[in-house]
Amino acid sequence: MPLAGINKDTRMSQDKSQFDGAALDGAAALDANLPPDASRRFWLTTACAVGGAAGVATAVPFVGSFAPSAKARAAGAPVELDVASIPPGEMRTVEWRGKPVWVLHRTPEQVEDLKKNDDLLADPQSDRPGFTPEYAKNEYRSRKPEYFVAVGICTHLGCSPTPHLAAGPGPGLPGGWEGGFLCPCHGSVFDLAGRVYKNKPAPDNLEVPPYEFSADGSIVTIGVDENNKA
Amino acid sequence: MAGEKTVETTGLLGWIDRRFPLTKLFKEHMSEYYAPKNFNFWYFFGSLALLVLVIQIVTGIFLVMNYKPDGNLAFESVEYIMREVPWGWLIRYMHSTGASMFFVVVYLHMLRGLFYGSYRKPRELVWIFGMAIFLCLMGEAFMGYLLPWGQMSYWGAQVIVNLFSAIPFIGPELSLWIRGDYVVSDATLNRFFAFHVIAIPLVLIGLVVAHIIALHEVGSNNPDGVEIKQGPKDGKGRPIDGIPFHPYYSVHDLMGVAGFLIVFAAIVFFAPEMGGYFLEFNNFIPADSLKTPPHIAPVWYFTPFYSMLRAITSDFTWVLAGATVIAAIALFLKGNLRGIWRIVVPVALLVVAVLLRTIDAKFWGVVAMGGSVVILFFLPWLDHSPVRSIRYRPTWHKYLYAVFIVTFLVLGYLGTQPPNPTFNLMSQIGTLIYFGFFLLMPVWSRIGTFKPVPERIRFSAH
Repeated sequence: MPLAGINKDTRMSQDKSQFDGAALDGAAALDANLPPDASRRFWLTTACAVGGAAGVATAVPFVGSFAPSAKARAAGAPVELDVASIPPGEMRTVEWRGKPVWVLHRTPEQVEDLKKNDDLLADPQSDRPGFTPEYAKNEYRSRKPEYFVAVGICTHLGCSPTPHLAAGPGPGLPGGWEGGFLCPCHGSVFDLAGRVYKNKPAPDNLEVPPYEFSADGSIVTIGVDENNKA
Repeated sequence: MAGEKTVETTGLLGWIDRRFPLTKLFKEHMSEYYAPKNFNFWYFFGSLALLVLVIQIVTGIFLVMNYKPDGNLAFESVEYIMREVPWGWLIRYMHSTGASMFFVVVYLHMLRGLFYGSYRKPRELVWIFGMAIFLCLMGEAFMGYLLPWGQMSYWGAQVIVNLFSAIPFIGPELSLWIRGDYVVSDATLNRFFAFHVIAIPLVLIGLVVAHIIALHEVGSNNPDGVEIKQGPKDGKGRPIDGIPFHPYYSVHDLMGVAGFLIVFAAIVFFAPEMGGYFLEFNNFIPADSLKTPPHIAPVWYFTPFYSMLRAITSDFTWVLAGATVIAAIALFLKGNLRGIWRIVVPVALLVVAVLLRTIDAKFWGVVAMGGSVVILFFLPWLDHSPVRSIRYRPTWHKYLYAVFIVTFLVLGYLGTQPPNPTFNLMSQIGTLIYFGFFLLMPVWSRIGTFKPVPERIRFSAH
């Protein structure tokens, strides 16, 4: 028979005699009518909270291990390119932080043509933040009008656009094409200053990486500028 | 001996049964699991999915024995498996064909559920576990596709990981965290390998068990959508319209397995690349982080969702914003929302309409792609039809299903094609139909003249 009348004080008593004989049998602890024991509740809640916090804290090293390793972070060394050797109208691709970086030597006509495009472009003045350093916030998006330097990765979903440098029609290209880049993945189109056309999937102009020219202007170093030292 | 259970079985089986409920489990899930007797060929695809899972696990284990998850060695090790490991070509083609066939079988399995209302009460959890399995499969397929480290592997992963960068504020950091590097690299390959070979398969197997336990708890639906448990019962309380799964459906499913294996073997031996749909030609070129192939597309089973991603352009968000405003007004005037919800839901929709025009279309493309899968989870609560099965629905409902299926296939085709203005318009229309089908289901599914549902399932023996 359950000891329904037993009160809390008796149950918690340290009196050894309680445990010696048959005064307290196992059935007492199972009686559902007993009120919850406040002290046990407190320690149960505390133990769950502390244990739970410890469990959640264990996730930190695992989640953290997904971040780029020290090696990957260190791999972003600057890259140099001899721009004097690029003939006008041609482009070179170099690898910087695993990404293709384009260096295009624009002809004077190509530089002139950039001015015609403004109504076709989503952000002709590169007003949107994050993709254009101060020194490239101009019509050419470059330090020097003739040399265009950009990360050749589409701002939509990261494909590398294909250069279509010559003017004239082509599949996937808009009418009145003055030369530029077409992303094969989702059809975004950029002009020769890497400025994205309106109503295309890519939201931003191509990223201009930090770069600077040597004193005589013949070498470009990608990855460094006045704000980013090697 | 004291403490041993009394069981009916004897000998070795008796020894086991006294320690582990082997006979009990077999009875519950096989020989005394009563399934409706009117199953048709649509009911093959559940057990076939289980078969493909086994094929994938077994072939996968053997592939891992020769594959090297390393940016410099991965492509070569796959070619090594193909050319130099004895039978390696067969094991790999079984695995790559198995991936595509998994989706064939699972899409048909899901379509069956759609036709016969198998997700309706009380089978909501069967459906939700199944959808979670589908999500795991998509993860398995996507991460597995990176492992050969070909051009499509590389640029496909680049595009999909960059999807996460479209999320406002945390996006760029999140995609960096997923890749573990500034571009898809060796670090990405290694973690995808870990997910592909152990993490997701473990979850997948757990979900398959949950899917089957939930199914056996509520019992199988059938083409008539009539509950056999509510029909007449025999002296032992068993539904007389049910037959034991074993031997009746175990043998029935073996016949399905035979048919499936004929198709499977034909593909493995005669068309493992399936004209570039199962194994894309560009993936036979090693990954090159500086050059995207001129045309990239996901494997066929992702293309319907991928089409919807591409469909969302900045112009198209005007259409979506307009549709959202109309939905807000309609819900306010005609919806049966109660109390505060009658104000909150329409206002929330109006906020969404404004956001559609203020956040980049790129983000909404990702939302459309994710939403097109997530919306399926809610199917049990979207369908308000008074009957379960398509057999007793108004005839025009069948046309609606037909339009939906055609739309899904057309979106799938468009997703394999290079972008062009006509196709883009088509995929925009397709996206509207796809979402319209589901979001308007609470309305259209109750309209029309429904046919009388029989008391018991209809079945005539052959």
